[in-house]
Amino acid sequence: MTQPTVLPAPPPPVSEPSGDPRTSRVVLSRFLRHRLAVASLVVLVLLAVCCFGAAWIAPYPRNAQNLLAASQPPSGTHWLGTDSLGRDYLSEMLYAGQLSLAIGLGVALLATLVGTAAGAVAGYLGGWPDEVIMRVADLFLIVPPVAVLAVSLQGLGPSPLTIVVVLSSLGWTLIARVVRARVIQLRHQEFVEAARVIGASGPRIVVRHLLPNLTGLIVVNVSLSVATAIILESTVSFLGYGVQPPKSSWGNMLTQAAGLIGTSQSYLLYVPGLAILVTVLAVNFLGDGLRDALDPQGRQ
Amino acid sequence: MHDANQESALLSVRDLSVTYRTDAGPVAALDRLSFDLHAGETLSIVGESGSGKSAASLAVMGLLPRNAVAEGSVRLGGRELLNLSDRELRAVRGRRIAMVFQDALAALNPMMTVGAQLAEAVSVHDPSVSRAALRERAVELLDVVGIPDPRTRAGQYPHELSGGMRQRVMIATGIANEPDVLIADEPTTALDVTVQAQVLDVLARVQDRTRSAILLITHDLGVVAGLADRVLVLYCGRKMEEAPVEPLFYEPAHPYTRGLLAALPRIDRSPRRLTQIAGQPPSPTERPPGCPFRNRCPHADERCAESPRPVPLGAGHTAACVRAQEIASVTP
Amino acid sequence: MTRYALRRLLASVPVVVVASFILFWAVRATFDPLAKLRQSVDPTALHRETVRLGLDRSLPEQYLLWVKGFLRGDWGTSTRTGGAVLPMVGDALGTTLQLILWGVALAVVLALAIGLYSAARQYTAGDHLLTGLSYLGVAMPAFWFGLVLIQVLAVWPKQQFGLADPPFYFVGLHSVGHSGLDLDYLRHLVLPVATLTVGLVASWSRFGRATLLEALSSDYVRTARAKGVPRRRILLRHALRNALAPFVTVVAMDAAALVGGLVVTEQIYSIPGMGKLFLASLETGDVFVLLPWMFVVAVAVILFNLLADLSYALLDPRVALR
Repeated sequence: MTQPTVLPAPPPPVSEPSGDPRTSRVVLSRFLRHRLAVASLVVLVLLAVCCFGAAWIAPYPRNAQNLLAASQPPSGTHWLGTDSLGRDYLSEMLYAGQLSLAIGLGVALLATLVGTAAGAVAGYLGGWPDEVIMRVADLFLIVPPVAVLAVSLQGLGPSPLTIVVVLSSLGWTLIARVVRARVIQLRHQEFVEAARVIGASGPRIVVRHLLPNLTGLIVVNVSLSVATAIILESTVSFLGYGVQPPKSSWGNMLTQAAGLIGTSQSYLLYVPGLAILVTVLAVNFLGDGLRDALDPQGRQ
Repeated sequence: MHDANQESALLSVRDLSVTYRTDAGPVAALDRLSFDLHAGETLSIVGESGSGKSAASLAVMGLLPRNAVAEGSVRLGGRELLNLSDRELRAVRGRRIAMVFQDALAALNPMMTVGAQLAEAVSVHDPSVSRAALRERAVELLDVVGIPDPRTRAGQYPHELSGGMRQRVMIATGIANEPDVLIADEPTTALDVTVQAQVLDVLARVQDRTRSAILLITHDLGVVAGLADRVLVLYCGRKMEEAPVEPLFYEPAHPYTRGLLAALPRIDRSPRRLTQIAGQPPSPTERPPGCPFRNRCPHADERCAESPRPVPLGAGHTAACVRAQEIASVTP
Repeated sequence: MTRYALRRLLASVPVVVVASFILFWAVRATFDPLAKLRQSVDPTALHRETVRLGLDRSLPEQYLLWVKGFLRGDWGTSTRTGGAVLPMVGDALGTTLQLILWGVALAVVLALAIGLYSAARQYTAGDHLLTGLSYLGVAMPAFWFGLVLIQVLAVWPKQQFGLADPPFYFVGLHSVGHSGLDLDYLRHLVLPVATLTVGLVASWSRFGRATLLEALSSDYVRTARAKGVPRRRILLRHALRNALAPFVTVVAMDAAALVGGLVVTEQIYSIPGMGKLFLASLETGDVFVLLPWMFVVAVAVILFNLLADLSYALLDPRVALR
């Protein structure tokens, strides 16, 4: 589709990266100055340790039912109370977090990997590969994501692995566009021309000269797409097409909690929701901090 | 001489300093600059980028960015401008002091027609003017700056005009209210050489008509020669030399001015090598004490470690150099 | 402009064709339209229906057959309800467009107001508060916000104060016996509109603030200040006017995504729109609804995108549509 012909903005200056320790110190100090991002990193690390260390940290084992202690309010023995099957809600939350975080991170990594590769190829080669890749990316703009997710998950069956694959198949287009734009811009920079003149091969130029320049972009994208993926996962799981019981994620815990609206246990609605909110918020702040530190030109 | 002049001066700047607060600490862009501008005259402030000439013009207009602080005194017709409220300053801007910016494509609003932008310049200071009268005034202004078919042009957007025409529109905006002072910040820098001459010509003609005093900010001594009555040479935020145009060109008394002149191609001299000034200006964050030109000056000695005082040389001619007398006596 | 619009529409035909064929193939590969008949006791029924629906032919042929019917307005019957598909999708689209209209209108007003306030008072306490809230709005899963709204604004007040009805309804758009624009409609609209609006307001106000700030730091704004133009006029006449074209584009593109993207809101509030129709059809494998559904949504997205480009050209004199 043709875009409106907006007057182009001058491309930002791009410099050859260097593995120079001075640069990494600058990046680190810039990141540390972003207090919200540092705090978010601490929150995320704590969250990850608690969830993935649930086997040691959680007060009760996974799925331990005690029907005699069902639907209890928060107490000293069950900090967040119990659900209708008598499972300790805090332990459930931690185990569910494993899946929510793992899916979020998995999707972000896979989508970024695929998107970066597609964008780099499209941008570097141009011509018909570019055309094909970008048209395919356009197709994903037309169909609503929730619909794609639901249809594919209905077809493929909702195992965590397929959830990751299907969510990634949606997430790759954004990073592909961004990487493509940056690669096209870099392709004509002197250091790339120079590499070509001395006879470096195409793949070598992409991997050795272009990708290092995209580090900031890629890292920022991973963090931001973790946020999107966590929200999408919880949404599909809430609708019943994602993670299925007895496995639990924060999304399908909310499906159960939705049934408790209006009962004395309606507070259970807030727990998984706040967990998602805090995680996504922290991931976004972390992304902002990383962008300011790694990719100052990309700031909006 | 200073005090007598200050009484009669239209715009009087005294000890104006501008400091930017940056991540790397405070940066002094302008260091105790003083000058006077009299009614109807053209004073040119010359300097390379980073010399503080733009900071000076923005400080006079009260348009410095938020992270900049201006100290000292800027008086217009005896009235101090630096401590005016936002509201009071707005009444002065565009009416008594107006400004012509350098990059007209960026400095004109892309979403408004040229005529609307001119009309706005008039109507914000006199809301009583009718729409029809505003339209006529806009057309008249375009005509004054020599734009052909001004009625059609008034209805066009900036991107539909050529670079030279846009710069003429900038000038028309500046003179819309016949201001006492017109500050022109590098008015020709973004233009082709042939167009430059035309635009300078427009400035000169406009001045004849409005009797505005012009403060011409430029890095180009060639522009100065044609238009200015007096010249002020700025380097590293400090005034190096101030003189009427002829003495400055024929009896420059500051080594920096000499350096600038030597770097200028001239057709009235036998062809010879253009000389560059050796070295780089010191970084604004680490300027050494004393004369800022010391590290590049062929005549520097130990006396230059202290800041030089301005040395009076003739009518309105001063140079901030300990050896000014001696240098002025040698024909360049 | 008309020619441009027509050309753009023609150019998007292949995209729709490819997209719909992929959908057709995906849906056919996933669902069996004759699933119900397979348990039938009548052995000839399966064969009869297979032939009637053209399922014995190749996939491209089937696709062509379906497209022909679709274009003629013969959209088939739903296997779920047995009703005609065309009015079904039409009603659902109408309902969803109502929600989009109110939601987008409200979100635009709020986002512009917030963006203008934040840009005019950058780094003040008010700006920090609004920016912080917009971060929350972006990070919040919409369905969770909707559930919380039901609990806090409908169920809890009803229980707490012993009301006969909740202050805001959360099922459908009208109570039984009501229709049109009345108080009942309004009480139904509040929660779903709030749910779909919160994310839009959050992201649009952030975008608005950023574009306005960029405009405010531009050279032409400095020129306006040099002319003595008052702050208010600079903000509205210069900065807002310049920020408007990109803002409207973003609004149109995001609104496009809502046509098929209100799945969650409609599900939570049981509103019979496109999203609810999709979920219901998916659960029962109702291909005859799913296909036209996808088609309508894709066309709506393309139309909204065209609208975005046209409005950009209308708002920015530098953009010429050719």
